[in-house]
Order: sequence, then C-alpha cells, then structure tokens
Amino acid sequence: MSAESDQRPALKLRSAEIGVALVLFTLGAIVIFDSLRLGMRWGDEGPQPGYFPFYLGVFICSACAVTIALAALMPAEKNRPFVKVGQLKLVLSVLVPSTVFVALVGWLGIYVSAVLFVALFMRWLGKYPWWKVAVVSIGHSVVLFLIFEIWFLVPLPKGALERALGIG
Amino acid sequence: MDEIQSLMHGFGVALTLKNLALMFIGVLLGVIIGVLPGLGGANGVAILLPLTFSMAQTPEGQTSAIILLSCIYWGALFGGAITSILFNIPGEPWSVATTFDGYPLAQKGRPGTALTAAFTSSFVGALVAVILITFLAPMVANFALAFGPPEFFGVYLLTFCAFVGMSKEPPHKTIAAMMLGFALAAVGTDPVTGTLRLNFGLTPLLTGFDFLVAVIGLFGIGEILLTLEEGLEFRGARAKLNMSVVLETWKELPRYWMTSIRSSAVGCFMGIVPGGATPASFMAYGVARRFSKDGDKFGTGMVEGVVAPETAAHAAGTSALLPMITLGVPGSPTAAVMLGGLMIWGLQPGPLLFIEQKDFVWGLIASMYLGNIAGLIVVLTCVPLFAAILRVPFSVIAPIIIVICTIGSYTVHNALFDVWMVVVFGVFGYLFKKLQYPLAPLVLAIVLGDNAESSFRQAMLVSQGDMAIFFANKLVGTLTTLALVLLFWPLVSWLLAKARGRASV
Repeated sequence: MSAESDQRPALKLRSAEIGVALVLFTLGAIVIFDSLRLGMRWGDEGPQPGYFPFYLGVFICSACAVTIALAALMPAEKNRPFVKVGQLKLVLSVLVPSTVFVALVGWLGIYVSAVLFVALFMRWLGKYPWWKVAVVSIGHSVVLFLIFEIWFLVPLPKGALERALGIG
Repeated sequence: MDEIQSLMHGFGVALTLKNLALMFIGVLLGVIIGVLPGLGGANGVAILLPLTFSMAQTPEGQTSAIILLSCIYWGALFGGAITSILFNIPGEPWSVATTFDGYPLAQKGRPGTALTAAFTSSFVGALVAVILITFLAPMVANFALAFGPPEFFGVYLLTFCAFVGMSKEPPHKTIAAMMLGFALAAVGTDPVTGTLRLNFGLTPLLTGFDFLVAVIGLFGIGEILLTLEEGLEFRGARAKLNMSVVLETWKELPRYWMTSIRSSAVGCFMGIVPGGATPASFMAYGVARRFSKDGDKFGTGMVEGVVAPETAAHAAGTSALLPMITLGVPGSPTAAVMLGGLMIWGLQPGPLLFIEQKDFVWGLIASMYLGNIAGLIVVLTCVPLFAAILRVPFSVIAPIIIVICTIGSYTVHNALFDVWMVVVFGVFGYLFKKLQYPLAPLVLAIVLGDNAESSFRQAMLVSQGDMAIFFANKLVGTLTTLALVLLFWPLVSWLLAKARGRASV
C-alpha cells in the first residue's frame, strides 16, 4: 500500500452522517414500536409504561430526519472526507483485535486474553523484541490479578489456566 | 455562620489519616488518568467506582469513597494541563484552550512557567468554586426541600434544554443524542409500574443499560480510536519543575488577578448551568483575550492565556458538583458518574442529603479544599513522572487501557454482555465525536432518565394529565419558561441573525 492511497477518503462526510442517522432512526423506530405494544396512552392508573418512551422515539426519529435532510442537501464542497483509508486502517487495527479479545475473555478468562492481546499489539504495531513483549504483557496481567483478586477482592472471569493453577 | 461551623465539622470528618492517604492516592491516580489518552475524569471514575462498593458499606466508608472519587476528578482536571502544555495534546477536552498559549510557552523553553501557571490557576479556580459551594449549597438545598415532582421535572427539563441551547453542537444532534440516552435509560423495568419494556425478551436487558458501561465505552474506547487516527507517535518537550521557576511564576501571577476573577466567574456560572468545563475554558480564553492589553499576542505563549482557561475549567469542573449534591442533577458527565456512585452506595442525592447525611456532605465539601491542596502539591512535585508516562509508546499503552476498560465494565455487574456493550458504545463514541453529536447530554440522560420519567409521570398523575401543572406556581413556571427559552434559543438566534442579515443588505 502506498502512502498516497492511504490519503484517499474511505468515507465522505455525507455518507457517514446519513449512515449514523439511519441507525439512530431505526433505534427510535424500535422504541416507538415497543411503546405502542405497551400502550402509550392514559390508562386506568395514569400514563401507561409506553407513554414516556413513545415521545422519546418520536423525538429521535424527527431529529434524525433533520440530520438526514441537512446531509442530503449538503453542498458538495462541504462534503469533506470523513475518514481516510490510512486512518481507517489504524482504527480497525485496534478495533478488530479488541473485538477478538472480548470474545476470548469469555473462553480463556481475562488474564490469559490480556497477555495475548497486549503481546500482539506490542509485537505487531510496536515491533518490540520478544523479551520486552513477554515482560510487559505477563507483568501487566500479574499486576491486574494482584489488584483485583487479592487487594480489592473483585473476581474477574477466569479460564482453564487459572483452574489448572488452582486459583480459579 | 452556620456554614463555617458545618465546614469545621466537615474538616473533622475528612481529616483522618486514612482519608488524607486516599486523597493523595486519588489525586495521583487522577492525574495519571488525565494524562493518558482514552482515560479521563468520567470513565476513570466509572472504572474505579466498582472498587468502592465494598468500601462504602459503612457511613464513614461512604465519605471515604466519595473523597477518593472526587480526588480522582481533581487529579484528572490537573492532569489535562500537563499533556496540553508539554505535548500539545489536550488530555481532556477542557484543556484544549490551554494548548493555545501553553504549548508555545513550552516551545519557547518555559514549560516550567506554563505548568506552574496552569496548576496554580487551576487551584485558584477550584478554590473560588469550593467557597461558592460552601455558602450556596446549603441555601439551594434548603430551597429545594419544598420541591415536588413538577419542580424536579422542571429542573431536569432546564438541565436538558440548557444543553440544546448552549452547546456548540447542532441542536438536532443534541436532541438525538439526549433522547437516545433517555431511551437507553428506559430499557428494562418501568420505574412506576414495574412493567418490562424495550427488552424484547432478552435477559441481559432486564436491568437496562448501565450508564457506567456507556461512559467507559463512549469516552474510553471511543477516545482511543480517535487518538489512533492521529498515528502512534507522541512527541513532546521534556520538563522539570524546580522550586525557583515555581516561585518566579508565583511572583508573576498576581498581575493577572483580574483575569482570574473573570475566569472564575465564567467557570462557576458555566459549571452550575450544565454547560460544563469545556465551553467555560474557551469562553474565559476569549474574554481574557478581549480584555487584555496584550490581546493580540495571545497564542504566541502568554502566561495570561494559560491562566484564563485553566482557572475557568477548574472552577466549572468543581462547581458542577453543586447541583449534584443539592438537587441530584449533575452538571458534567463526571459529576453524573459520581451521582450514580452515590445511588449505588444507597444515598439519595438531593436536598435531603444536607439533613440526613450531614457528615457525608460536609466531609465531601471539606475534602474539596484539602483535595485541591493535595492536588497542587502532587502535580508540582511529580511532573517528571507524569511526563515519563506520556513517553510510553502508544502500542503499549493502548492495549493496556483497553484491557482496563474491559475490566471496568465487567466489574459493574459481573456480566460479559456489558463487555460487548463497551465495544459497541466505543464505536458509537468514535462516530458521535467525529459527527459532532455531544456525549455529555447522552450520559446525563442515561443517569437521570428514570428519575426524570418518574417525576414527570408523578406530576401527571397529580394533575390528571394536565400539562398546566408545569406552570402551576411561580417557581415551576419560571423553571419551565426558562427551559423553553433555552430550548428554542438556537432557533431564536438563527432568526435574529437572519433578520439582521436582511436589515443590513
């Protein structure tokens, strides 16, 4: 990948505005839908459970409609790049491993996943020598273990390794 | 002077060895949080909140816990200045205005002067705000004792309309973000009838969305993603603070007393009205530039240009706690997180706190004085340490912060679902920040949603559905009218500008 292609916009402002507003609009519509099911009128004992959320949904949807309309009418010169390809790559290089990390927490426990996660980052993005990677990633997990499990008695998710060591 | 007596009593509560130690730990943690990208006052306090649950099981423990949390907040307020001045990276949004003159000063070889000026004026701003809290809070609380549901809803309405009228983000986006917050708060159990709603049969949604999870995701992960766009490198000036520079700067500072007074006033006002520290710092910087005789030199490294935003940011950050302890309406996201903490510990924030929990309230107020002194000592002595933390490369610090955010969200309810939600909120935080959706009203709406809805529906029950109850007496009428004025302010000012534009053509 050349530096030039990294400067290309991956997404323009208009598309980003409309995309996010559509997601919020959908959420607002879901709120309205469920409020109608619960009843948004005046019941026997006062306002029904859907009374308040219904108007929230209406507000969300109308505010998003304004956003979408403004974005659609946006003059072309204001339609600046929302995110460049190079920036998006950097953001995804953190977001994707983070998602994998969260998925691993449920399976391996937080300590082992954290070691793998920090090690991956340092090796892949930081290009550190292996011994530094090992010291920081394992040391950081041990410190976390001491703080949470020993000093503050807050149990965190654990996996097979901790069980094998008899501390799970 | 009842207040002085109560305050002395408060010092008695706060001045134990344990509490003093907690103050220094809190400030130290707070500065580190403020210095690190992706961790700030709001999510730093949110992550550490679960650690206080066991601490807060006794009444004295509750005071210790709030001292710890508020000192983290003071530390974060101080910490933001360090990164702004040395690295030109605002660690916190409210220190953006500090970079304008602070970074040029550091570049001119006077980082020590800039840091001392920033810390000292932060301290002054906070002190003014704490004195204000000491004398005003009991009065406000006393006044608010007579509030019923319509009055409380009036206060909530005023708070949220102020966001629409005063934030620099587009009003339709403020409304969208705020209503989304209310909708997230509405998920789970209906606070009045107990009916399940908006959970669509999903078990993890039974208790609704926790604001702590939202704060950690929106501010923590979102901020990391934003910082990453700028690349992985940090470049900054080295800094040492020795006593002679500090004393020299202190000799210079009294010259800017007018700027300090103006900035404190701006800060206190913006903190109590939920505008928050960030607009206050910008406003104070602008005001100082207009009034200063060296106004045109601002931006090239003027000490006055550091004094103004720092004083205002700290004054606003501190006075944001006034509506929180007296009315139960926080003035800033961090104050909202602390309010949530109070509720979790079993305290009901609001006017009754001043009657039922005297030790707690006055201990907290006394700790504001002590905590800021502790803060000043810590930041003046530990600058090299904090600068060293900033030199740790991003590829090491980013994953560690993400792991800490994950743990913070897990410990809220011991639920993996919350950890997934942090990632989702993180993506939203990143997109919202880039598209100018304000995050503060969203967070405040999640925290206050249930209370606002309950007070609205109780008021409606009293009046049998007649909206006129919100204008029934002078007090609630004034609140509602003010709120409506603020709500439509963007529209009014737009129409005025348009009319003026037409008149001049």
